[in-house]
Amino acid sequence: MDAILIQILNGLDKGSAYALIALGLTLIFGTLGVVNFAHGALFMIGAFCAVTLQKILTLSVTTIDPERTDFLGNPMKVQTPYVENWFGPELGAAIIDWAVPLAILLAIPVMVLVGFVMERGLIKHFYKRPHADQILVTFGLAIVLQEVIKYFYGANPIPTPAPSAFKGSLDIGVWLGFDPYSIIYPYWRLVYFFFAGIIIAGVFAFLQFTTFGMVVRAGMADRETVGLLGIDIDKRFTLMFGLAAAVAGLAGVMYTPILSPNYHMGMDFLVLSFVVVVVGGMGSLPGAVLAGFLLGILQSFASMNEVKSLLPGIDQIIIYLVAIVILLTRPRGLMGRRGVMED
Amino acid sequence: MLGLERKDTLLLIAVAFITLFAPIILNPFPAGSALAQFNAGYPDLMQRFVIFGIFAIGFNILFGLTGYLSFGHAAFLGIGSYSAVWMFKLLSMNVIPAILLSIVMAGLFALVIGFVSLRRSGIYFSILTLAFAQMSYNLAYSVLTPITNGETGLQLTLSDPRILDGDTGGGLPVTSLFGAEMRETTTLFIGPWSWDFSVGYYFCAVLMLLAFYLSVRIFRSPFGMMLRAVKSNQQRMNYTGLNTRPYTLAAFVISGMYAGLAGGLLAAMDPLAGADRMQWTASGEVVLMTILGGAGTLIGPVLGAGFIKYFENIFSKINDGILHQWFAFMPDGLENVMVALIHPFIGKGWHLTLGIMFMLVVIFLPGGLVEGAQRTGRMFRRRDRNADHVESDAARQRAAAE
Repeated sequence: MDAILIQILNGLDKGSAYALIALGLTLIFGTLGVVNFAHGALFMIGAFCAVTLQKILTLSVTTIDPERTDFLGNPMKVQTPYVENWFGPELGAAIIDWAVPLAILLAIPVMVLVGFVMERGLIKHFYKRPHADQILVTFGLAIVLQEVIKYFYGANPIPTPAPSAFKGSLDIGVWLGFDPYSIIYPYWRLVYFFFAGIIIAGVFAFLQFTTFGMVVRAGMADRETVGLLGIDIDKRFTLMFGLAAAVAGLAGVMYTPILSPNYHMGMDFLVLSFVVVVVGGMGSLPGAVLAGFLLGILQSFASMNEVKSLLPGIDQIIIYLVAIVILLTRPRGLMGRRGVMED
Repeated sequence: MLGLERKDTLLLIAVAFITLFAPIILNPFPAGSALAQFNAGYPDLMQRFVIFGIFAIGFNILFGLTGYLSFGHAAFLGIGSYSAVWMFKLLSMNVIPAILLSIVMAGLFALVIGFVSLRRSGIYFSILTLAFAQMSYNLAYSVLTPITNGETGLQLTLSDPRILDGDTGGGLPVTSLFGAEMRETTTLFIGPWSWDFSVGYYFCAVLMLLAFYLSVRIFRSPFGMMLRAVKSNQQRMNYTGLNTRPYTLAAFVISGMYAGLAGGLLAAMDPLAGADRMQWTASGEVVLMTILGGAGTLIGPVLGAGFIKYFENIFSKINDGILHQWFAFMPDGLENVMVALIHPFIGKGWHLTLGIMFMLVVIFLPGGLVEGAQRTGRMFRRRDRNADHVESDAARQRAAAE
């Protein structure tokens, strides 16, 4: 029992990331009808927002401390980050410590802006072109974004730690009446899961309970009629693209303590996220979220030693296997609507 | 000639001429001159040109004709390589059986994968092929290690049986075609120029010409017409009571076999097969090649393959020192600015150049390099002919390109 529970928990954080990326992909596909292969790159840019903020916060001024000496006997050079000079050592250190969560504040405007520029500058011109062209141009864009990041940040992963308050693990097993240390779970993964839940709930609430969201949903169902009613649906869809980019970016920001960001992390997640979207059903938001968590959890179950000894290699292929089976038995995915991508 | 129309015969002859004289054509600069780094006429790179040309020609038969965008074609390339290396290990260092086996194995896998994937179209087909390719890649890395030798890659060893070959006398044997070693190279010096003629290159080149000829025949056959009809409107084909799946499956298997041949040749030139040949980035690369050159055209994929491989090898070798040489005529400050501006696009940054170029092609030239060439050709012709001539000419060219 506790073994099963631990696998479910392990699947949650990866599942959350899949669900968030797939949610953004589906938002873009459902509103604008564009298959966005650059969405993984947006996830990666979000992660690098956290890296950038960390770098900015740790910008230091070098001073010479005459009272201490280094091992050669010279006066020691001390590096003090500017924030510590400005806000005092304690508050400054705390700000640096909380760089990753603070990066959310940086990432939201940056990602919305990136999304805007992408939609207005490039993707707008591809609405009337075939899906293959959309895939290809966004694929090209993904390569370009990835290489630009690589140029500025190098090819190696950059560690971005979680705040020290969230280091260590939580002993969940004790709460549920198991032996101590039978189920331990890192705090940050729990944070990530709740964060993802809040974002997903926020997006759904936004679409469900605001007038703006209602118009967008109406536009997803029948774009032409909404346009005939005198509503500028294009402008709203551009905003949705910005929102989708922000969702991907935030997923990236918060994922950095789990996986040190490198320039190709976007592509790694993109391939799986597409599988997730297709399994959930193209154009279905709940389907994307459901499939994201489902595949994340399945993947962690498949990497249990008991399963692996029974079916060697299953952990490597389970997601693809599930995708193939679902695509062949339920052609529209788990919750896909009729008439989406069926031409 | 050879059952081709006059225009296609001319194209085939032109391609044959270029491939056969490639060692000379691709080495236009004397060895040792400042521009010698742009020479592409060394055997290793030329082999890559033609091998990836074969790969792209095959991919074009599927994507260019039927419009089915496969994102997992590299799996067949990898399967071809593994089969060929196994043949070298078990049977003989002769390349013929190895290549035959790689074609057959890739064809079998393509039959199975295609049978399943072709039940869906559009993006679903792309995702299915991607899923199969990623599965093969992951399995080759992990569980299938006894067959694929995992991360190290499959290599020849001294203890291989090689039933048909006798004792090789200690060292590792090399691949050969009935005694003619693949790596054998004759270098011809004329004045300051030097040209390498290698057995391996010519072997690949002849196979590429065969593959190209076959693809011309497929393009011009009723079968090719059927595939094109699938691309333009599959639903209507179904409504007329025609089952299109056997045709698309045949196209898939043929293009898989082309990929297997390319994989086998890669192994024949360098008997080593690794799982990274199957990764989805490799599948993406062949898509890039085909689109860049011009999907659906005869010569486009070959051009695209040559273009990308040339950039990969030549562009990535340019470094800041070379740039400083080029801009040495400028004042120092300007020289440094120019070098700093170009720096991100060269050397390790060549992927950035590739990505930008690819985007520009997709945005402005959906027909790829071939369309670009046609447009420039038309621009020059427009000057000395009147308007309706140009129109009919353009229409004929378009028909010829398709």
